[in-house]
Amino acid sequence: MNKSHKHIVIIGNGISGVTCARYIRKNDEGVSITIVSGETEHFFSRTALMYIYMGHMKYEHTKPYEDWFWEKNRLDLVKGWVEKVDFGNKKLNFQNGKTLDYDVLILATGSKPNKFGWPGQDSIGVQGLYSYQDLESMEKHTQNINRAVIVGGGLIGIEMAEMLKSRDIPVTFLVREKNFWDNILPFEESQMINRHIKEHHIDLRLETELHEIIPDESGRVKAISTKTGEVIVCQFVGLTAGVSPNVDFLKNNPVEENEPSLQIQRGILVNAYFETNIPDIYAIGDCAEFQEALASDRKNIEQVWYTGRMHGETLAHNLTHQKSVSYQPGIWFNSAKFLDIEYQTYGHVPPFWDEYIGSFYWEHQGGKACLRILYQKSDMAIVGVNAFGWRLRHEFFDKAITDGWKLEKVMVNLNKANFNPEFFEAFHRDVLKKYNQETGKQLKVGKTSFLKKLIGSRA
Amino acid sequence: MKTIQKIGLALFIIGLVGFSLLPFIGTYQLEKEIVIEQVKDIHAENMTEILSPMFGKEYGSNFAFIADFNTNFNAYNDQLKSEEDWDNVIWDNYVFPITKAAAQGPVSESPYFYLAITIGLAVLGALLYILPLHKGETDGIKNDGIYFSSMKSRGILGIITGTWLILFYIILYWFPEYLTNLVLMVDPLSMALSSNPASQWFLYGFIYTLAILVMGIRMFRKYKGNAYQTIRTVSVMFFQLAFAFLIPEILVLLNMPWHDFKNIWPLDYSFFYEYRIDGMVSSGALGMFMLVWGIILIVLGVPLFTYFYGKRWYCSWVCGCGGLAETLGDPYRQLSDKSLKAWKIERYMVHGVLVFAVVMTAVTIVNYFMEFGLLGQATDQLHSIYGFMIGSAFAGVIGTGFYPFMGNRVWCRFGCPLAAYLGIVQRFKSRFRITTNGGQCISCGNCSTYCEMGIDVRWYAQRGQNIVRASCVGCGVCSAVCPRGVLKLENGEEAGRLNELPIIIGNKSISLKS
Ligand SMILES: Cc1cc2nc3c(=O)[nH]c(=O)nc-3n(C[C@H](O)[C@H](O)[C@H](O)COP(=O)(O)OP(=O)(O)OC[C@H]3O[C@@H](n4cnc5c(N)ncnc54)[C@H](O)[C@@H]3O)c2cc1C
Ligand code: SF4
Ligand code: SF4
Repeated sequence: MNKSHKHIVIIGNGISGVTCARYIRKNDEGVSITIVSGETEHFFSRTALMYIYMGHMKYEHTKPYEDWFWEKNRLDLVKGWVEKVDFGNKKLNFQNGKTLDYDVLILATGSKPNKFGWPGQDSIGVQGLYSYQDLESMEKHTQNINRAVIVGGGLIGIEMAEMLKSRDIPVTFLVREKNFWDNILPFEESQMINRHIKEHHIDLRLETELHEIIPDESGRVKAISTKTGEVIVCQFVGLTAGVSPNVDFLKNNPVEENEPSLQIQRGILVNAYFETNIPDIYAIGDCAEFQEALASDRKNIEQVWYTGRMHGETLAHNLTHQKSVSYQPGIWFNSAKFLDIEYQTYGHVPPFWDEYIGSFYWEHQGGKACLRILYQKSDMAIVGVNAFGWRLRHEFFDKAITDGWKLEKVMVNLNKANFNPEFFEAFHRDVLKKYNQETGKQLKVGKTSFLKKLIGSRA
Repeated sequence: MKTIQKIGLALFIIGLVGFSLLPFIGTYQLEKEIVIEQVKDIHAENMTEILSPMFGKEYGSNFAFIADFNTNFNAYNDQLKSEEDWDNVIWDNYVFPITKAAAQGPVSESPYFYLAITIGLAVLGALLYILPLHKGETDGIKNDGIYFSSMKSRGILGIITGTWLILFYIILYWFPEYLTNLVLMVDPLSMALSSNPASQWFLYGFIYTLAILVMGIRMFRKYKGNAYQTIRTVSVMFFQLAFAFLIPEILVLLNMPWHDFKNIWPLDYSFFYEYRIDGMVSSGALGMFMLVWGIILIVLGVPLFTYFYGKRWYCSWVCGCGGLAETLGDPYRQLSDKSLKAWKIERYMVHGVLVFAVVMTAVTIVNYFMEFGLLGQATDQLHSIYGFMIGSAFAGVIGTGFYPFMGNRVWCRFGCPLAAYLGIVQRFKSRFRITTNGGQCISCGNCSTYCEMGIDVRWYAQRGQNIVRASCVGCGVCSAVCPRGVLKLENGEEAGRLNELPIIIGNKSISLKS
């Protein structure tokens, strides 16, 4: 740990940058650390933006650390937009003319919403939802409106639809795919969400593409038209067709001859140590793109909260230890919420699978909970699980998938995987019944004694 | 809002305004017979003399009546006090019963009518408003717009509500004589239940119970689809209605001391007071049972149940204060302070009150066995300080009056000595914990925001750590509102419960300790 007295600068105070800063500080008392961001002074949880709009929380509640935390841990905060990085002179140039020198630079600049060059996409009242500024703009442009249109059926799209519904604004939801999010979800799961969206009186239009956004004389959106020529009158358009790395300001044209230039593809190219092509420059979180995928089921760009955290943890370790480790994510997992239906996934569950993979699917009679387990037909080892309306224990499936548990072993132990609150309907019995019906087997869940039930012991 | 809800709201407001104005109608007239009937025999002669200037006069308001009463009564007492003639000073508080008996207004003539147009209307209105809530909506979290609501986020409506509650408690505890009309209105009910006329405490118990029942129904609507919330709410409604309201009144009917079997020392701080002990000891087998049961709860019940289930078995399933907080107070749960500083203050205060309660009780018991030889004066002093500061001001005025300002568990968090005791057991010897689900937390903050005890749940959840906190009352709302299914209230093996240095699942490169 001879890295003290250096000045580490992090651009981006999101989960990846902040996690990295925290762990550097934990391991190294001496180094000076500055976190730069133009968005907000303090770290807040981007995932909670929707709840501010919906009135569940205020901005201050979304800050995971109290404001004194930064000074106490000697993490200097600088609020400002970096306009350009001078890689040659190791200097940041801010929009307001100020500069900041660094020894080590960590790029954790996140993403920005995709725009696909739709006509009228820069009209007033047309926007994505990524930053705090986007939220402010959404607040401003959704006052007293009669209808909003959401374009793009991903996770942020459904969040935006839910936000608008919470304010009783009628929403039309344009989804290009046949079923909601069916490039990720298998058929039954996306059907379930289709139904649930409609149940919330959201006007879901499947297989519908945006053609044009039509502004009025003042430049404000007044309607959109679809590829089939339908015109929908609306005063707000949410563009939620995915995000891409926020790296434009880093694409430098070297002024001086020997000034290095950062290698960027879609994101900032890094190896498994988060090193870019320039020494002392690292990239983590949404903005980083791995030169090579780290595992067959891992994408080159990881755009979720917990991967940002793990990138930060790992890089911090490497910056404060002699021996560097490569980033090795474990079993994939993720979660989301579609209006009222929670979704969790562990391992690998693609929308389609080949003939070597088998699938077991159970759906609750109410149509709001389901479970899918994929397994290898050859040895019956499970490879992934999707659960809707049913909370599952991460620890359980991390182990079951890592250790290649056979489907039947998972089946008879499902009660241990249950993470729903106490007194909720015990789905595992119903699941096992279906499994037994399908296979003609007589599997039974291990009996819990009355005493154990009484003291609420986990089986 | 549906029309029926608007009507409901209007009726509720009319009922509430009626309730607030009722104390000030009617006339008062005192006669000698009333005084003789209301005061102890030894005071009959003196009191008739003291109050004789008032006899036969008709007072247009309770203000005038009470003012005159106080002038006459204080003149007598002050005279004796200045002469240090302590033995003849009248320490009994007669202003409430005498004002109540002197009331001539329409309320004593038709109590049912007034009950109907005040509390009755308010309950009816509230139900009309509550029952259609979230009708036609799917099961799920109903927190939309809470921070835009004036009532629920310290806006003007919240301030008015809090102020009303604070004033109500101050009058109830220290100036009940102004509430006699309200008490008269529930007299018939009290007579029916216990054959005794109502006191201000009967009135209070009655509206307290109604508040829990009506707002309990609101809980069913708000948390529909959440079995834990529903069952827990049924439980607090049941314990309030049966154990805190009906059974004690029936005991009185049977000439037994008023007793709430689910109230536990030191929340029930007067349990070891002389009059309570004497009352129980002199009430035969049932009285003895009260005493023994009370002690069993303290020494066995609390540690045992808390070991198996956490303090929630009491705080959010049984307790009356908790019952009110979880029903009437639910709309305000998000207003609790989550800062580290608040946690520090909380620990000092709540344990301070526990120490105070223990010392006071120890002195009381020692004194009891020494037959008041040594510490008689000290006991009385302690009792009155505790009763005023903790029992009334803290638990009542601040505890409930501050719902709209500091959340619904101010008393439970900062003041309740029983919660402190339960909390110590929960923190150090219990199977209860809130398990954090691996690496699923997205740090959104819903859990912390809606924790009524001001626990920064997210602090633990985002580092993969289980939540084991003395103050957690196990209301389960953090788990309910978490959008990623991260939190589960569980009882389980003690091993692994306190994962002080958790390793978040998911990163295989390093094993990081938070
Ligand atoms: C609405 C929404 C909901 C989401 N929900 C989930 C979810 O439920 N689960 C999940 O796993 N993921 C979710 N995500 C994705 C997740 O939030 C991101 O993956 C994560 O926040 C990325 O973190 P980061 O640290 O890489 O970047 P960011 O959090 O984007 O932080 C980057 C920071 O850098 C700053 N910055 C960038 N450029 C500059 C510059 N030039 N100068 C100064 N500052 C700059 C930005 O202002 C920003 O503050 C959601 C995202 C959004 C937008
Ligand atoms: S509500 Fe859930 S996801 Fe949000 S911070 Fe709390 S534990 Fe994490
Ligand atoms: S931590 Fe959760 S269960 Fe405990 S008091 Fe807070 S919200 Fe209730």
